[in-house]
Amino acid sequence: MTDTSTLTPPAPSGARAHGDRLSHLDRLESESIHIIREVAATFRKPVMLYSIGKDSAVMLHLALKAFAPGRLPFPLLHVDTTWKFREMIRFRDDLAKRLGLDLIVHINQEGVADGVNPFSHGSKVHTDIMKTQALKQALDRHGFDAAFGGARRDEEKSRAKERIFSFRTKSHRWDPKNQRPELWSLFNTEIGAGESVRVFPLSNWTELDVWRYILKESIPIVPLYLAAERPVVTRDGALIMVDDDRMPLDPGEVPETRRVRFRTLGCYPLTGGIESDADSVARIIAELEASRASERQGRVIDHDQIGSMEKKKQEGYF
Amino acid sequence: MMTDGMVEPLDRPTNQETGDDETRDQVRFLTCGSVDDGKSTLLGRLLYETGTVYDDQVDAARAESKAYGTQGEAVDLALLVDGLQAEREQGITIDVAYRYFSTPRRRFIAADTPGHEHYTRNMATGASNSEVAVILIDARKGVLTQTRRHSYIVSLFGLRHAILAVNKMDLVGYDAKTFEAIETEYRAFARTIGLDNVHCVPVSALTGANVFAPSSEMDWYRGPTLMCLLETIKVAEGAASRPFRFPVQWVNRPHPDFRGFAGTVSSGTVSLGETLVTAPSGRKSCVRRILGPSGDLETARAGQAVSLVLEDEIDISRGDILAPVNAPVSVTDQFAAHMIWMDDKPMLPERTYGIRFATQSAVAQITDLTHRVDVNTLEKEAAKTLAMNEVGYCKIAVDRDFAFDSFKDNPGTGAFILIDRMSHATVGAGVIDFSLRRADNLAWHDMKIDKSVRAADNGQKPTMLWFTGLSGAGKSTIADRLEQQLHERGRRTYLLDGDNVRLGLNKDLGFTDQDRVENIRRVAEVAKLMLDAGLITLVSFISPFRAERDMARALVEDGEFFEIFVDTPLEVCEARDPKGLYKKARAGTLKNFTGIDSDYEEPENPEIHLDGGTLSVEAMVDRIIDHLERAGRI
Ligand SMILES: Nc1nc2c(ncn2[C@@H]2O[C@H](COP(=O)(O)OP(=O)(O)O)[C@@H](O)[C@H]2O)c(=O)[nH]1
Repeated sequence: MTDTSTLTPPAPSGARAHGDRLSHLDRLESESIHIIREVAATFRKPVMLYSIGKDSAVMLHLALKAFAPGRLPFPLLHVDTTWKFREMIRFRDDLAKRLGLDLIVHINQEGVADGVNPFSHGSKVHTDIMKTQALKQALDRHGFDAAFGGARRDEEKSRAKERIFSFRTKSHRWDPKNQRPELWSLFNTEIGAGESVRVFPLSNWTELDVWRYILKESIPIVPLYLAAERPVVTRDGALIMVDDDRMPLDPGEVPETRRVRFRTLGCYPLTGGIESDADSVARIIAELEASRASERQGRVIDHDQIGSMEKKKQEGYF
Repeated sequence: MMTDGMVEPLDRPTNQETGDDETRDQVRFLTCGSVDDGKSTLLGRLLYETGTVYDDQVDAARAESKAYGTQGEAVDLALLVDGLQAEREQGITIDVAYRYFSTPRRRFIAADTPGHEHYTRNMATGASNSEVAVILIDARKGVLTQTRRHSYIVSLFGLRHAILAVNKMDLVGYDAKTFEAIETEYRAFARTIGLDNVHCVPVSALTGANVFAPSSEMDWYRGPTLMCLLETIKVAEGAASRPFRFPVQWVNRPHPDFRGFAGTVSSGTVSLGETLVTAPSGRKSCVRRILGPSGDLETARAGQAVSLVLEDEIDISRGDILAPVNAPVSVTDQFAAHMIWMDDKPMLPERTYGIRFATQSAVAQITDLTHRVDVNTLEKEAAKTLAMNEVGYCKIAVDRDFAFDSFKDNPGTGAFILIDRMSHATVGAGVIDFSLRRADNLAWHDMKIDKSVRAADNGQKPTMLWFTGLSGAGKSTIADRLEQQLHERGRRTYLLDGDNVRLGLNKDLGFTDQDRVENIRRVAEVAKLMLDAGLITLVSFISPFRAERDMARALVEDGEFFEIFVDTPLEVCEARDPKGLYKKARAGTLKNFTGIDSDYEEPENPEIHLDGGTLSVEAMVDRIIDHLERAGRI
C-alpha cells in the first residue's frame, strides 16, 4: 500500500479521454465531486459519516478534491460501536491527525453503561443500539441537516432504489414511498425544519470501481482489507477474527492462524473474513474479478431475515 | 411452463468486469414497458449472464422464489432485481432501480422503471438519466397505449436511441410475421414523435433467445442480438460538441490568493486564456487557471468537475453560468416549456413554485397552460391544470432574470424541476422550448393575492388553534409554549388572548352572557382574518359556550380549525387561582365567573382533549404538536 497523502494530488495531467467522452472512472469521480459540492453549497450544516472503510476512504478523497485547495467545509463523524477492529481505530486517528481533519467520534454512552455488546445481546440489538440509535443521537445533538454516506447502489437490492439525496423525516425515518424523483443532475435540496437528508455520492460506483479508484489514486486503506495471517475462530460458518480478549471463546475453542482478509469492515465479532492471498490492491481486484460471492455475504446482520436491510433503513440505519 | 434449465446453465459465466479499465466507456439505458412485459426478467438475465449476480445472491433469490416467485421451483430471475419488500409482496415494480453490469466491451447502468400507468413519472426520471431506451413489448399484445406513452416521454427527454425489444417470442411460436407487424406499426409511430434511431429485436427474456446469443428458433432474424445492440450503439457525443456551459456551483475562497468558481462543465470545452461572459450579469473575463480533480489542466471538458480562476475580480456567485462570448446563453424571465407533473396535488396556474435550474434557484409561476398533451393519443387538448403523470405545454415566469438554453440546443442547461414551496416535494420536471421575448412578456400573471398565495409565501398551512377551558386551566401557558415551538420551526404565528384583545378591541365589553358572545364573535372574526393572512393563529379564551366555538369553526375551511380542550378540574383551577379570581368570585365580589356562577359547556368532540389536571405543560404541547403533524398542518 503506497500512501500518497490526499492533500497532495498527483502531478497535473489531462483526464484521459475515450473518444470525446471521459473515461469511466473520471466520469464517476466528477459526478461525485459535483454531488459533494452541491451539498456544501445548499445545506446549513452538513457532516460526512466516516466509517473508516474503503468506501469512506474514497468518499473522503473525493471531498478533499472537491474543495481543494481549501479545507473541508464540514466535519467528519464516526459512530464508534466500541467493537470495531483495533486497526480501524488506529487508522482513523492517524488519518485525522495527518490530514488535520475535524473528526467527531460518537459513542452511545447509554449503550456502554448498559453493557450492550454483540455477544450477550446479539447482533440485532447491538447494531440497533450502538449504531442506529447512536447515529441518530449524534445527528440530533449537532443539528446536522445533511449527512454524507458511502453506500453504493450495487451493494444490496433495496439500495438499488435509493436516491442520491435520500430524504429523512424528523425522526430520521426513510419512507420508500415518499422519496423525491431525481432528474438529470438537478437535486432538490429543500427541506423543512428538523428534516434532513442522507447523501450518497458513491451511488453509481460498483465495488470494483471503488478498488480500481483506490489503486489509481493510491488512497490509503486499513490493512485489514489485505490478506495476512490472523487469529480466527469459525462461528456459524464465518471466520471471525479474535481481535481482543473481550471475545468469549467456547470451551476448547482455540483461535487458529489463517491467511484472511475482509471485504467489508465493521464490528469485528460481526464481520466474517475470507481466506485469501490477495495482499495488494491489484490482487484484490484480480480476486474480485473471479469472485462469485457478494460483498455483503460477510455481514452477519443481513442474514437475519429477508428484507432486513430495508427494515433497518426505515428505522434510520444508514 | 418454461422452467427447466432456465437459470442453471452448466457453465455459469463469472464476473465480466475484466480488462483494461480505461478503454471501456459506460452507457446508461433505461428499460420500460407495461407491467408483466418481462422487464425484471430481462434485467435479471442481463445481470445473471454477465456474472454480475453472485452465488449467494442467486441463493437468496432461490429462497425468495419459494416465497414470492412465479416460477415454481426454479429461480425467478425477476427476483434478482425486484428490490423493495413491499413491492415484492405485491409483485409490481414501483420505483426506479439502478443496476450495474458490464461486458468486455462496455459498462452499463440500467435504470429499471415501472410500467404501471401511475408511475409514468418514475419512467421520466429514468429517462432523464439515460442515453438509450429499451422499450419492451409483449409479442402477444403488440404496441399498447403504454408503449406510446413511454416512447413519447423518451423522445421528449431528448433520447435519440430506442431499442424495441419484442419479448415473449416463445409464446407466439417465434413467429416472424408477428414480429414484423409489430415492427412496422412501431416504426410508423416512432417517426411521428421524432424518435429516429429505432432498432427492433425479437427476444425471449425467459429462454434467453436473442438476448446474448442469437436464437436458432428465430433464424429468420438477421439483425444483432439485444446485447450486441447495447454494446455497439453509438451514444450521442452531444455534450462535447456543444458550446461551453459552466453553471457555477460554489465559490471557493480558501485564502486571499485563490478565488475559484467550482462547478461541473455541462457542455463543450474551455481552455486557458479563453474569454468568458457571465450570465445573467454579462461581465467578461479570461480563464487564468483550471483546477481539475487531479490538479491543473489546460482544458476542461463536458462532465468534468473543476474550479475556474479568472483574471479579473468580477462578481460571480452560485447560479451564474459562464459561457463563451461568441455563444452566450439566453437571459430572460419567461419561457415556454414542456412539463410532466409528478405530484398528487395538481399543478395550479397562478400558484408559485420553487424552480431549480442548473445551479439556479428561483420562484416561478405558470402563467399559462397552453395545452395538455394526451400522452396516449398525442393530441393537444385544452386544460386548466395538470394532474399527476400528465404532460403539458406551459409558459412560465420566473421572479428574476436567469440564464438558460433551449433543451434541444443544450439539455444540460435546458431542463428544470419545480418544487412545492410548502412540502418541498419535487412536483414537476420540464424541458425548455424557447424563451419568450421581452415584448411578449405578460409580466407576472395579474395574480389575485389571496389566502393560498400568502400561505404559500409563508410556506405553511394557516390553522386556527382554539384553546378552551376554565380560568386557570393552563390555556395561555400551553398556547404560549406552543407558539414558541412553532416559531422555532420557522412557522409564522399569532396568539390572541385576553391580554391583547380585552384591553383593546374589546374593552367596551363586560362579562354578561351577551357580552361574552360578542367577545368571542369578534375574536373569531379577527382570527379568521389572521388565517387569511396566512398565519397559524392561536386563540386562548375561556369561550364557555358551545355555540360560539362552533360559530368560529364555521368561519374557516374544513380541516383548519382545531378545538383544544384544556380539561382541568374546577378544584385544581381553583386551588391554583393564579390571579386570585376564584377567591373573589367565591366571595361574591366578582360576578358571572365561569364555573362559579356562570356555565361552562364542555366541548363534545374536541380535536384535542388534554387532561390538564395530570399532564405537564411539556407533555400537552408535545401532544398538540404530534396531532398537528399527523394532521399534516405543520
Ligand atoms: N414465456 C415467457 N414469459 C416471460 C418472458 N419474459 C417474462 N416472462 C414472464 O412474464 C411475467 C412477468 O415478468 P416480469 O419480468 O416480472 O415483468 P415486469 O413487470 O415487466 O418486470 C413473469 O411470470 C415472467 O416469468 C418471456 O420471454 N417468455
